[in-house]
Amino acid sequence: MYSKEHKKYLKRIKKEKVIVTFFRIFIIIFFITMWEVLARNEIINPFLTSSPKKVIETIIELYKQNNLFKHIWTTLYETIISFSIASIIGIITASILWSNNTISKILDPYLTVLNSLPKVSLGPLIIIWIGANTNSIVFMTLLITVFTAIINTYTAFINTDNKKIILLKTFGASKIQIFTKLVLRGNTKALVNTLKICISLSLIGVIMGELLVSKKGLGYLITYGSQVFNLNLVITSIFILGIMSYLLYLMIDLLEKKINK
Amino acid sequence: MQNNLLKIKNLNKIYHSIDKELYALKDISFNVKENEFISIVGPSGCGKSTILSIISNMIPKTSGTIEFSIKNPRIGYMLQEDALFSWRTVLDNACLGLEIKKELNKKTKNKVIKLLKKYGLNDFIYSYPNSLSGGLKQRVALIRTLALNPDILLLDEPFSALDYQTRLALSDDLKNIITNEKKTTIMVTHDIAEAISMSDKVIILTKRPGTIKKVIEINLDKKGNPTENRKDKYFAKYYETIWKELDHHV
Repeated sequence: MYSKEHKKYLKRIKKEKVIVTFFRIFIIIFFITMWEVLARNEIINPFLTSSPKKVIETIIELYKQNNLFKHIWTTLYETIISFSIASIIGIITASILWSNNTISKILDPYLTVLNSLPKVSLGPLIIIWIGANTNSIVFMTLLITVFTAIINTYTAFINTDNKKIILLKTFGASKIQIFTKLVLRGNTKALVNTLKICISLSLIGVIMGELLVSKKGLGYLITYGSQVFNLNLVITSIFILGIMSYLLYLMIDLLEKKINK
Repeated sequence: MQNNLLKIKNLNKIYHSIDKELYALKDISFNVKENEFISIVGPSGCGKSTILSIISNMIPKTSGTIEFSIKNPRIGYMLQEDALFSWRTVLDNACLGLEIKKELNKKTKNKVIKLLKKYGLNDFIYSYPNSLSGGLKQRVALIRTLALNPDILLLDEPFSALDYQTRLALSDDLKNIITNEKKTTIMVTHDIAEAISMSDKVIILTKRPGTIKKVIEINLDKKGNPTENRKDKYFAKYYETIWKELDHHV
């Protein structure tokens, strides 16, 4: 059995957890209630701010028109495709840069410029080149995401503990062995963090793309809604988008926990 | 008379960087007999560790010869830091060298388990390194090296990352293990007492470029484990001799 002091300690931890959970839920309920009350009493203009009730109604309506999942799926699909391609290209390119110092030195200024260039500025060009379709959205998202993926992964790779590399070298390890046994495995935390950044960037890219060109997706709903002054639709889309980005983030969090087990 | 396992002759090493070249080792020659324990002491930056790196083929020598009496000698190199992989269990860490050399099989793995059990890590075989004390970690590092069944052990300041007490205890341990497993050893250290208490022979290097200043055979009155050796009646005399030979600069 635990001592009295330890029980006290456990109790304190538990109490803190309860407080945190309570206030998390409280804040969201408070926010939604205030929103609804203020809008219903027209203290804030419900035409501009919509209201929780209207958001739910809009969702139901979208669902009835068979549009809800079509738009969600489009955005999700584009995000996941872009995210996957960007991550794979990022890791492969970073591996090449890690394994060959000369190549990394040669490419360094190009990567820096490409990474800092606001890729959205390429939007119109991409639309003319590829056309106003899903491909151009994915391509633009890739441009937005991939350089960050490369640079972050590469930074993680080159920061591998040098003592461990020397250790492997004392065993006569090849470069590939060093990479698989140490560089890749030892940097999972940094890699997962990069994936987290990439998923947000991908979502940003897809929404930007949809705002510019598309005929479906949440980004499209936002543009369409603002054009016809249906702000309920705009706010509903933003709301769904928030949930989606949180779920995507959770997915990677789950992956991280699985790796760390 | 034991045979020479290793002969080093006229070894030179120059390090190159853009703005200068650095003469690290100059004309180093010495022999290592089988089962002998040799320590190399010298002021910091004198190239002690470089000798080990060259013997183990980690870095190229500039000139000179390094000759082993056996073909394809197996070299075990133990570093100052344990460098254990936090995501591997103690056993998997100890097997790392075998894994890299593609020699990991049931037989070698069992041998590693036996070594771990024999040297006090029985309860930690499937633990992760972060639950081990500094001394135990270093012990795992030693077993990781011994697992390769080396013909010669190269120890690069194996205790310097440890606190004083652990250091004394572990040097007893290590010496005991090395004697048990009958290993020839070259140890680099900056600790004179450690060198005298553990070795058969102490090589003193000058400051950079490192050359051999003196080789001192250690013949203590009664040879025991390193901690006992520190109380030997000749210990202080050897300490004084080596202290005087070392180049001091503050």
